[in-house]
Amino acid sequence: MKRAARYIIFYAALLGLWTLLAKLKIWPPYLFPTPWGVAEALYAGFQDHTYWIAIRVSMQRVLIGYGISVVLGMILGLGVASNKFLEETMGGLLVSLQSLPSICWWPLALLWFGLSQNAILFVVIMGSLLSVTLAMEDGRKQMPKIFGHAGRNLGAKGFKLFWYVLLPASLPFVVSGLKQGWAFAWRSLITAEMLYLSLGLGQVLMMGRDLNDMSAVIAVMLLIIALGYIVDGVVFKGMERHLQNKWGLAPAN
Amino acid sequence: MSANAQTVPRRFPVPAEPRVPARGTKLGSVSVGHADLGLVTPVSKVGLSDICLSYNTQSGERLLALDHINLQVRAGEFLCIVGPSGCGKSTLLHLIAGLHSQTSGQVLVDGHPVQGPGTDRILIFQEHGLFPWLTVAENVEFGMKMKGVPKAERQEKMRHYLRLVHLAKFEKSYIHQLSGGMKQRVAIARALATEPDVLLMDEPFAALDAQTRDLLHDELERIWNETGRTIIFVTHNVREAVRLGDRVVLLTFRPGRVKSDFPVSLPRPRSLEDPDVALAARAVLDELREEINRSLEVEYNAGVKPHIVPGEEA
Repeated sequence: MKRAARYIIFYAALLGLWTLLAKLKIWPPYLFPTPWGVAEALYAGFQDHTYWIAIRVSMQRVLIGYGISVVLGMILGLGVASNKFLEETMGGLLVSLQSLPSICWWPLALLWFGLSQNAILFVVIMGSLLSVTLAMEDGRKQMPKIFGHAGRNLGAKGFKLFWYVLLPASLPFVVSGLKQGWAFAWRSLITAEMLYLSLGLGQVLMMGRDLNDMSAVIAVMLLIIALGYIVDGVVFKGMERHLQNKWGLAPAN
Repeated sequence: MSANAQTVPRRFPVPAEPRVPARGTKLGSVSVGHADLGLVTPVSKVGLSDICLSYNTQSGERLLALDHINLQVRAGEFLCIVGPSGCGKSTLLHLIAGLHSQTSGQVLVDGHPVQGPGTDRILIFQEHGLFPWLTVAENVEFGMKMKGVPKAERQEKMRHYLRLVHLAKFEKSYIHQLSGGMKQRVAIARALATEPDVLLMDEPFAALDAQTRDLLHDELERIWNETGRTIIFVTHNVREAVRLGDRVVLLTFRPGRVKSDFPVSLPRPRSLEDPDVALAARAVLDELREEINRSLEVEYNAGVKPHIVPGEEA
């Protein structure tokens, strides 16, 4: 109750400040829109289905790209964690590659895949693959050895050992990396979409800029934030809570 | 004491068909060193012949952990292995389980060399090794699921073994909701449910409080009696070994060798407070003390550096 009150007060104050600044007309309205203008833009965008389509297209892309990242990253991460040669060679490469913003892959992606959805997917994958891989590698190392021993002892081997033992055993150690991978995937997607006319949220954002419609730009920004937040809050928080219930871990701070 | 242990007849409930072949008289109460080598026995359930294990330490030196271990374990026997910490007794269990491989020598089960893990030998860990992402029931069913046992049969057996360890009501619980003693009982049920011939127990009760441990000793003895499994039980607690085992084998401190082999023929059920158990334990303890002193000496003289046997490799 108290917490809800604090939230309301904080956001009301923020909105008030925003309205005040807009009303003072320090900047022209097309550069600094009122909250009301943004709300209208949001309403209009949903009304003519532009935002619905953009959300659908963007979500679809990020799900495919992130999904591929997770599968590849798990295989790569497990490989690196369980092979000394790979760990010494590829481990370092992966860490250094992580300092490269994923959008730097855009020119290459364009050459390799053309101006297509695949080029966007490639950038999304490059954005999140590394964090998933590193998280998986780390999780595999942090995972107590006893689970692997017990699993093999009870007759699990090969794919069964991976699927029924190693994967679930490493999940609590991997979930934060998966979350980070998601955030990277989402950002990479929006960036790539902004560079290429493609129906997604990134493009709708750029359209607002081209039309000098800052209300629309801010409306799309809010959408991007909200979607990222919802996935984080619903999917990942749910996963964490689920793991905590099963494993009996104290809630992460 | 050993004379005492010899003269007391075994009175513990004997199953309709005796699982344990009568003990040959040539097995002295205390046989030192590699005495078993000369014994002509029918094929043992588990046979260790000339097991050596050495590995490279982080400083690059060669460490001999196990040195020509020879042991024969009869079907249905309850064998306890004691030794100071660092004698390689847990490692020995891992070798029998097939989780690691020895440098030389052979582990034989029913006369066949062990190659890798197999569900005929199930290891119970000190830290129980239960899967926290599964319920108690799913844990117990795990081994059967890996074997491809149909679900209905799995569930039936799971219930049977959970009843055996008195945890029938906790089927749906997660592991973290159980106490330490309950976890160990689930681990026992999980091991039994895969129906192994040999149960390997690696200090399973070491982390439990005394009351829980006493209770689990009774339960383990009962389950052993009911199921007729062969049990190899590793512990550093001599009293526990004498209370449970048909035979207690003492390993030396690094490198691990078989130092002595004590048959325990006290009547069952036994209890830790039994004066006979205490007396029998005394004899084992006297020999163990030498090894503990040796281990302490090594630790004091060389910091925590292990005793190195250079160039030993088979």
